[in-house]
Amino acid sequence: MNFVAPDFMPVLPELFVLTMTCLVLVVDVFLEQRQRHITYGLAQLTLLGAALLTLFTYAHAPVTTMFGHYVKDAMGDLLKLCIYLASAAVFLYSRDYLRRRDLFKGEYYVLGLFGVLGMMIMVSAHSLLSVYLGLEMLSLSLYALVAIDRDSPVASEAAMKYFVLGSLASGMLLYGISMVYGATGSIDIQLLADAVAKQGLGNPVLVFGLVFLVVGLSFKLGAVPFHMWVPDVYQGAPTSVTLYIGSAPKLAAFALVMRILVDGLGTLQADWQQMLIILAMLSMMLGNLVAIAQSNIKRMLAYSTISHVGFLLLGILAGTPEGYAAAMFYTIVYVLMAVGAFGVLLVLSRTGFEAENIDDFKGLNDRNPWLAFLMMVIMMSMAGVPFMVGFYAKWMVLQSIVDIGLVWLAILGVLFSVIGAFYYLRVVKCLYFDKPEDNTPIEMSRDTEVVISANGLLLVVLGLYPTALMSLCSTALLG
Amino acid sequence: MGFEKFLFYVFSLILVLASVGVITVRNPVRAALFLVLAFFTSAALWLLIEAEFLAITLVLVYVGAVMVLFLFVIMMLDINVAPVQEGFTKYLPFGVAVALIIVVEMGLMVSSSYFGGDRYSLVSHAADYSNTKELGSVLYTFYVYPFEIASVILLVAIIAAISLTMRRREGTKSQNPSRQVRVSRDDRLRIVRMAAEKNK
Repeated sequence: MNFVAPDFMPVLPELFVLTMTCLVLVVDVFLEQRQRHITYGLAQLTLLGAALLTLFTYAHAPVTTMFGHYVKDAMGDLLKLCIYLASAAVFLYSRDYLRRRDLFKGEYYVLGLFGVLGMMIMVSAHSLLSVYLGLEMLSLSLYALVAIDRDSPVASEAAMKYFVLGSLASGMLLYGISMVYGATGSIDIQLLADAVAKQGLGNPVLVFGLVFLVVGLSFKLGAVPFHMWVPDVYQGAPTSVTLYIGSAPKLAAFALVMRILVDGLGTLQADWQQMLIILAMLSMMLGNLVAIAQSNIKRMLAYSTISHVGFLLLGILAGTPEGYAAAMFYTIVYVLMAVGAFGVLLVLSRTGFEAENIDDFKGLNDRNPWLAFLMMVIMMSMAGVPFMVGFYAKWMVLQSIVDIGLVWLAILGVLFSVIGAFYYLRVVKCLYFDKPEDNTPIEMSRDTEVVISANGLLLVVLGLYPTALMSLCSTALLG
Repeated sequence: MGFEKFLFYVFSLILVLASVGVITVRNPVRAALFLVLAFFTSAALWLLIEAEFLAITLVLVYVGAVMVLFLFVIMMLDINVAPVQEGFTKYLPFGVAVALIIVVEMGLMVSSSYFGGDRYSLVSHAADYSNTKELGSVLYTFYVYPFEIASVILLVAIIAAISLTMRRREGTKSQNPSRQVRVSRDDRLRIVRMAAEKNK
């Protein structure tokens, strides 16, 4: 047996994050509660270091290493950068919230960083084994994070639901992986793609494997009819954790779909396209319709996530490089909006008061006009109002499916996003046209204010000049 | 009938009997011990097909760790068996149906063209072949990346479990070794001087 040590350079960001997370874990043990901000600082430093490492080694051509388990390509690197950025914002927004709720503990950051590591592994996975392991690392961290507020029965219930349904989804995915492995004899995504191209859909085991994979993936994405966990988990988890779940993992889930369905089973595109059409249609329909009935904003945003997932799937099911680029753009923009929306929610919560109802936004304009403006921008962007980046993202996705001739699906998409606009604009109405119910001043730290403003303004700026990000996405996918 | 085949039948018989024992004995500790026996005999069966690494791991992991833990749980928790056994006849038809489905499924699986015995025949190797060594040589080289990730996942699980369960409760009795060591006679002992009682 001849063994040559693999090239470790491409894996450097992962190694760095792992080392730093272990460091944070050990350092945190020796800290007093009042020194906890050191843990926070180290966590941010980890993300910064990983971002620099990824940026300096940005891949222009795909490199496979670790014996085919790891790939470094432009798509992966771009997604990783977005993941660091989103997680850094998550850590920042949730800092004050956690402190006020006595949850400012090292575990939040350690588990959060392990989640980031899991996402990184998923994003640059090149074998079904690393895909699955990365997913499990992320999921385990998320289950624990949801339950981190141990005294809250709602959070425990949500964590339990998430754990059971998440395990079920992982089981489905694993079942699909094992069937695909049985049919093709390979877990390496490249070899898998070659084997699938050779035998097509003649093999029933492969068909079953594909179905199970799609089911597992849609569970993880939260697409209807596998969305049951999303609203309960979003509502039950502490808002800081909801923020975490609703942001960066969506980028990783997008990568997951791209790696498995597009890179691995790309030749079966015609077959999974039909499944994704059904999933996308149902997600847009149910997400937008049910969100109207919600009075809890966390729940409303959960259903809005479901409808956004439907849109994201539209881009992927187009099956063209333009469609994938549009879906990637959509995911990044969605994460930006979700981080902002939950960020505002976190700012509004204070000691002994949890902002989670739409009514809590009433008259925000009178209390803090700038925050109200930012929230309005985010909501309008989610609704897809022109000149906001959300509009451009929706437009790109719809264009990609019109290009492949699915005009009826595009019309359906437009129809449902018009329906969806109702509940986003209702929040805007609450912000500006209702009287505030309590006039407690809103306190937020300077750095949070700066970042949340940047976050909101980015939605406008990207809406006016979307080409830079869009071209990054297309070059990342076209190579 | 060769000696190997004879051994196979002996172990299979013990395995079947032990498995029946697991679900029929009334005492949960005995059931757990029957399960240990079942694990041991399946390990022996694996040894017969030259899968010595799997056999050793089964004994080490399942018997050595999982079952010991199981026994601890059974002994610690005083489970009342009577309510668990209620409604046996009520659930019997359902149980039988599920069992039948499983048997049919297994039959289909084994006889199918994908996983049938003719497709995967027994592999045998030379006497100096060690599958522990072979497994190790790929696990730590070509699969080192997934292997390391799996170990990190275990670390995450440990952190998650500890952070969710460890808490300082009021009123729990815990030892503080450094205080125990530093204790002096005066902290514990009080010499009371009393007048001696006189017998009358």
